[in-house]
Parts: sequence; C-alpha cells; structure tokens
Amino acid sequence: MEILIYGTINSIALALMALGFALVYGISRVPNFAHGALYVITGFITWTLLRALGLNYLLSIFLALVAIGLVGALIYQFVLIRVRGMAISEIIASYAIGLAILEGLRWGGFKGTTYTLPVFIEGSIHIWDVPVDLHRVLVVGIGGAVVGMLWFFTHYTRIGLALRGMAQDERAALMLGIDSDVMALVAMAFGAMLAGLAGIVLLPLGNIVVEKGYDVLIQAIAVCIVGGLGSWMGAVLAAFLIGFAQILTTVYLGAHFQMVVALMAIILTLILKPSGLFGRQKELEERV
Amino acid sequence: MNMDQRRRERLDRGIKVRTDGIYALMSWRELSYLTLPRLVLIVGMLLLPLVMPSMYWQRVISIVCIYALLALSFDLLAHFVGLVSLGGALFIGVGGYLTAIMNTSFALPPLLTIPIATVAGASICTLLLLPCLPLRGVYFAIVSLMYPLALARVIEALDILGGTDGILGIDSFPNRWVEQYFVIVMVLLFLFATRRMVNQDIGLVLRAVKDNDQAVRASGMSITFYKAVAVFIASAMGCMGGACLVHIYMWSGISLLALDFSILPIAATVIGGAGTLVGPVLGCFVLVPVSELLRAFGTLRIVFYSLILVAFIVFKSEGFMVYGRRKYNQFERWTKV
Repeated sequence: MEILIYGTINSIALALMALGFALVYGISRVPNFAHGALYVITGFITWTLLRALGLNYLLSIFLALVAIGLVGALIYQFVLIRVRGMAISEIIASYAIGLAILEGLRWGGFKGTTYTLPVFIEGSIHIWDVPVDLHRVLVVGIGGAVVGMLWFFTHYTRIGLALRGMAQDERAALMLGIDSDVMALVAMAFGAMLAGLAGIVLLPLGNIVVEKGYDVLIQAIAVCIVGGLGSWMGAVLAAFLIGFAQILTTVYLGAHFQMVVALMAIILTLILKPSGLFGRQKELEERV
Repeated sequence: MNMDQRRRERLDRGIKVRTDGIYALMSWRELSYLTLPRLVLIVGMLLLPLVMPSMYWQRVISIVCIYALLALSFDLLAHFVGLVSLGGALFIGVGGYLTAIMNTSFALPPLLTIPIATVAGASICTLLLLPCLPLRGVYFAIVSLMYPLALARVIEALDILGGTDGILGIDSFPNRWVEQYFVIVMVLLFLFATRRMVNQDIGLVLRAVKDNDQAVRASGMSITFYKAVAVFIASAMGCMGGACLVHIYMWSGISLLALDFSILPIAATVIGGAGTLVGPVLGCFVLVPVSELLRAFGTLRIVFYSLILVAFIVFKSEGFMVYGRRKYNQFERWTKV
C-alpha cells in the first residue's frame, strides 16, 4: 500500500518535471537542456521574493512564474531562435545556458541546506494507515490539475490548437497563418513556466540545491524518451512507469539508485523501441 | 538606381592553387606556404615546455594537452559524424579509473597502463554508447550527458573504486619532461592522424553519415558500424587523456567525471573553429590558461565558458580557425554586379 501511494506521488512529480520539456520539444523540436536550470532558478526566485523581500507566498509564486516565463521567452528570442533547426548548435546552446544558470547560482552562494521553501499546508493525514504529508497530497492534486488543464488548453483554445497544429506539421501550420516563431516562443515560455511550477510544487519537499537541476533534467529526459519524444500523454504514462520503478528500487535496493533507474529506462527504451511507448515519430525516421 | 551595386568576391590565392598540385615543389616560397603553418604548430608545441617560466605553468601545459585531446574527440564526433557528445567526462573518467585500478591493484607501470586504458576504455565507452548509435537525433547527446552524472552517483552510492575519496597512490610519470612531451606528442600524433583519416575513404563515409545517412544505408554500409568506429576512435583519445591525467595528478576520483571535462572542450571547439580539428586544439591553448587564471573564481569559470560558448554559437559560429584559413587561402575584392 505504501508503495502504491508513494509511487503515485513520485509518478505525478515526475510527470510535472517532464511536461515542460515534452511541450517545448514537441512543438519547436528544440531539446531544452536548460530545463533543469529553469526548475531550480524558479525555486531561488521564489525564495528571494518570499524570504529576502518578505512578500506573500502566493504572490511570490505568481511573480516567480511570470519571471520564469519571461526568462524562457528571452532565451528563445535571443539565442535559440537563431540556431533553430541546427541540431548541434541547439543542443550546445541550450546546454550552455543551463550550465551558466546553475553554476552561476552555485557561485552566488546558493548551496547547502539554508534554502528551503515552506510547504503549502502543514500536517499529514493517513490514507489506508499510511501517513502522507498534506503537501504530497497537494502535489498529486496540482499535478492532475496541470495535466488536465494542459489537455483542455491544447484542445479547446486558439493558441493551444495552434501549438498542436505546429507540433503535427509545421509547414501546414505556416500555410494556415500560424506564425511558427511566435508559437515556438509561446511554447518555450509555457515550457519554462511548467518547469518553474514543478520547481515550486516539488522544492518544498527538500532543500533547494543546484544539483537538483541536473537530476531534474535527466529525469525529465528519461520520462520523455520512454514516453516517446514529443508525446505529452506518453510522457504522463511513462512518468508512472518510471515513478513506480524508482519507488520499488528505493524500497528494495536503496535511494541512490533513482538516477540509475532513469538511465536504464533510457537505454532499454532506445534498444527495444526507440520511438518510445507513444512516439508520434515513425520508427523509420528515428532508426536509420 | 544609379547607386553602384557591388558585391564582395572571394577568390583562391594563386599560391594556394599552385600548392594544391605538384607545383608545390617548384620553389621555396610554395613549399613554405604549404608547410609553414604546420611547422609553426609542431615546433611551437614542442618548444612550449622549454619556454614556460615555472613548474606550475608546465603542469598547465600538460592539462591543456589533455583538454586538447578531448576537444579533438568532440570535434571529430560532432562535425564529421554528427554525434554531439556532451559527456567528455565519461571518456576521462573511464580511462582514468581503469588506469588507477591497473596501477594500484596490478602494479602495472604507466608505460603499460596508458595503452591498455586507451584501448580497453575506448571499448567500454563504445559499448556503453552503442544503444543510441542506430538512432538519429538528440539521443546521443542525452545519453552521453547522463553517463558521467550517473556514474559519479553510482560510485558515490556504492562506495566502490575508492568512493568519494578516490584512488590514491598512483605512480607518476618518471619525470616532468617525459610527462609533458608524452602528452604533447600524443596530441600532435592524434591531430595529424585524424586529419589524415577524415580525408581517407572512411572519413568520406563518416561525413556521409552526418549529411545523409539514408544514402549511406542505400550504399549497403552499416551506419551503426561506422558510428561505432568513430566513437571508438574519439573515446580512445579521451581515455588516453584520462589515463595521462591520473598519472599526472597521481590520484583518481569523482572529479574526473566533473562537468569541466564536458563543457570546456566544447567551448574550445566552437571558439577555435568547428570541423577544422586544429581549431579545437588551439582553442584549448587559449581557454585552459584563461581558466587557470580564473581558478580563484570557482564555478564562475563554467559560467564564463558557457556564456562565451553561447555568444560564439549565436554570433560567430565559424570560429577563429575557419576565419584564419579563409584569410590565408583566399583574398577578397569588391566587384560591380
């Protein structure tokens, strides 16, 4: 029962981490290697607003999300737009930006255990005799809400439909008057905000440390590859797969193996079914 | 429109055209045009340890050469095969740990450990990276980024291979001259060998894999095989660098898997000139000393490379070597259209 409950929580957390990466890659085909950095820096922005400036928690969360959306848009507008379509440059540029942010934070002295965000709701409840913090319950709720809203957004709003159109066929979308640069910008801003939201929701469970940036990037990528790069629903399902696998290894082997699980998941997927569980790309295109 | 429409025309210099053929042998001028750049590089690198003022800077030269090997391997993979490796640290780590184990557990001398670590390490790295080789796209970058991070985590978690303390008590090179000249000669050897290789048949196939993999497949050649060969060669360079590094520091630890080894070679390649093979080496000779000067700033160094990297990739993606080569081989003039 414990495994079931904590597995679900872990899976939802993974899905939250991965959605931003999946969104950006699915729409603009830019692998956003700065994803983990955006996750961590949102935590620090919120911390600064909350602790250093003394703002209301909700207000600082809101401001941090707006700020991270802007950062994402700026990164796209000034750097990634110029290298879009050049695979090597895309990877190097986004990776370098991520590194610059993370190592800059480390240099700025943001390390150790001093930086923590408060949990949203104190206390814990018992679900089938398993004690669970209310915050973790809230993570599940927020995660479910985000997935639902994303689905609603991409199916019933103009921008969402345009984004989906571009993800499916960029040229056809261009012919129908969808500006692909603007849409990719929007996607990048949304992706950054999703990364930031994941950070705000998940970081109160531990300290805000720079190393989390790399972990989050790797776990997000693992989820996206297993689910099929560019497929959002695939990412959610893969999050459950990897989430439960991680909890099982934590229970039976030890907590250090979470990263190894992610790596093994990637390798196995690449060997067995490179396009992922729900990859929309045809296997022929991927496997040369 | 009475404004003169002009455009820049770029033509090969006469001497460049002449030295392409047998006429290179006609006069000393042509001969020196052809050989001088190479000689300057070779002689310059061989003289470097002699002109360095202190032991400290001589040590820096060795480190530069190790980074140069890594940058060379990155350039070969990225710009001749189309595989972006974000994990130079994997090669250094595998080579380094293998050397450390062989030296401390089996008491092999550096003369044996370095070649064995090079070949065995390259085989291990190739095997590790094999699953993503049949695929196109970002998979190679992702997987190569993950291995060093995950390996460091595994070593930490299981407390194997010395855990966080690392493996101590590794033999050093006989003396510092052997150390420096060994790495310098290795860089030169690998540099000219890879330059030669990319112009052979196999180099042609590799470039074809990068540009149009379906055509290679249609010609009845296995893309995976050729990619594996390239990864083997590139990781051999990296593993040799790792082996030398371990013998230089007489220590092997988790910092062999650190990000420095992944990002600096990439920055050096982009600055020096992608796809030139000489450029990355020269880029290391610029960046690594600068990084030594910035040592006091800690991780700000990585921020510094990353920003340089982004600036170069966005605004000046050709790099110095491509620019220099163009100026050396061609002249420009304005012509009326």
